[in-house]
Amino acid sequence: MVTDTVTPAAESAVVDSIRVAGPAGGRRHDLRAISIVWRRELIRFRSDRLRAVTSLVQPVLFLFILGTGLSTLARRGMPPGVDFKTFIYPGVLAMSVLFTSIFSAGSIVWDREFGFLREMLVAPVSRASIVIGKCLGGATIATFQGIIFLALAGFAHVPYNPVLLLALVGELLLLSFTLTAFGVMMAARITQFQAFMALTQMLVMPLFFLSGALYPLSGLPSWLTILTRIDPLTYVVGPMRHAVFSHLSVPASAQHLLAPGLTWGGWPVPVWLSLGIVAVMGLAMMEIAIAQFRKTE
Amino acid sequence: MSTRASTSTGQRSASQADGDHDGNRPPVIAVSALTKRYGEVEAVRGIDLAVHAGETFGFLGPNGAGKTTTIKILCTLAKATSGTATVASFDTATQRDAVRRNIGLVFQDTTLDGYLTAEQNLRFHAELYGVPKEAVQPRMRQVLDMVGLWDRKDGLVSTYSGGMQRRLEIARGLLHAPHVLFLDEPTVGLDPQTRLSIWAYINELKAREDITIFLTTHYMDEAEHCDRIAIIDHGKIVAIDTPEALKASVGKDRVQIHTADDQAAIVALAANFGIEAAVHDGALTFSVAGGEQFVPRLFTELGVPIRSVSVSRPSLDDVFMSYTGKTIRDAEASGTDPMRQMAAHMRGRR
Repeated sequence: MVTDTVTPAAESAVVDSIRVAGPAGGRRHDLRAISIVWRRELIRFRSDRLRAVTSLVQPVLFLFILGTGLSTLARRGMPPGVDFKTFIYPGVLAMSVLFTSIFSAGSIVWDREFGFLREMLVAPVSRASIVIGKCLGGATIATFQGIIFLALAGFAHVPYNPVLLLALVGELLLLSFTLTAFGVMMAARITQFQAFMALTQMLVMPLFFLSGALYPLSGLPSWLTILTRIDPLTYVVGPMRHAVFSHLSVPASAQHLLAPGLTWGGWPVPVWLSLGIVAVMGLAMMEIAIAQFRKTE
Repeated sequence: MSTRASTSTGQRSASQADGDHDGNRPPVIAVSALTKRYGEVEAVRGIDLAVHAGETFGFLGPNGAGKTTTIKILCTLAKATSGTATVASFDTATQRDAVRRNIGLVFQDTTLDGYLTAEQNLRFHAELYGVPKEAVQPRMRQVLDMVGLWDRKDGLVSTYSGGMQRRLEIARGLLHAPHVLFLDEPTVGLDPQTRLSIWAYINELKAREDITIFLTTHYMDEAEHCDRIAIIDHGKIVAIDTPEALKASVGKDRVQIHTADDQAAIVALAANFGIEAAVHDGALTFSVAGGEQFVPRLFTELGVPIRSVSVSRPSLDDVFMSYTGKTIRDAEASGTDPMRQMAAHMRGRR
């Protein structure tokens, strides 16, 4: 029952430790957490140049190989003066952020396998701030990826108009956010990276093909029309193509043919609603992801 | 340095879990009637214990005994099925963030980001734990100095050796100046020399920081570093005391012999001396009071040729054996236990 007690005062004199006061928590703390999770995504993206290059390969193939190859065939249906590459450019631009967003969300699965996820989940911050940071991080690097592809716009005869570029970047950011939220939602459940890869591969191509990235959305058979209206990507590709064509000097008839605008059973969906749908979907999926990460064993 | 209880008598019952301390300070960790079920499997079957400020408290037991499950509940990573646990006076079930702010964690498996540098890993941690901005840099220097990694802070963690990574994790666990540092098998998977150096760092940090350490281990020699240890088997605490008191409670020396015929020797030991012996770790092992005096009698009266004899003072191994009836290595070898299989499975999954 011997206790060689040292008084706290004497002890702190010996211990030359910096007492870090317990943080109060609250909104500022949450913002710091969001910010550091976001910054980690950027640091990792910057150190991984190979990924930046490889994820550009696919859109470049689609635009220049498929685009050029099909243009001889497509020329007969295209209005004079419009290149087929110009037509598919908005869709391929959307594609350039597709893989990067979803794979950056997949790093959660990776983090889980290598243990780092636990470092985040045991921290005294809300799970929401971790998920939000992750979604914003994925959105940022994917948009950055999209901007690199945007630099190639001239090759598809898309003008470098500042207003147009700004609109496209904004739409890319929105799309990237929603796609990352979708990826994070799936990554919350999936524990193996291979399974995550397989699932995203399975989903990404249908998303792309149904979005109308490679063909106009008017005059399709009704089954395909319905499928295209279900695809969330449609609601970004539509406005992006609309933006591109409104900055081209093409006759109204050509614009009407190639970028007819999205309709629901004949009712034209305004651009703000189209983008609003994408934003709401992104937020809803992020909310689901947060709820899933809140569960404790 | 730190307050520590030195009890000289061997108290065996788990109801003595409170240890002996000045009653003024509430325990840093208090656990009462804690249980945890995973479906059919009962991982923890009613644990009571109290750990006091400044103590180094060890949880000793074979893999799958319930150590990691208990630590997960204390760290708010798992919910108890019943019972309560408080850390730094905060309830682990209802005040999770408060508990988390007051604890540092070092897990069995690494939780570092290998693609970041050591400094970036620490900075990430500082932001997540809300360390005041002006304190981050000096505190980072302090903890990195403590584990001897300050001059390697700009290296990518993936280039670090296993021992360096573990040291970095300990430094990170201390960064936000927690009241309790949890070390779950801090030296598992490291070579003996690195294990020693990790312990040198842990002892050093105990001297410099005002901190309570709660660790789990299945290495007997590591449990000796603790002020008090709890021996846990099959989800229950079977003994809790200082290492010295536990060893004293065994009271017998351990004798290991190699004979020409172990089976005949077991029979002869039982018949001639009334001693129960069994083969553990390849040698015929038994416990007897006054082992050195017993050896001459053994040679004359056993009737089975003896090739070698070794007598050792009781170790924690013997303590574990006297409380559970098996050595810790035997306990791990018996893979039939469903809980152990599950533990192995879960480790593989993480």
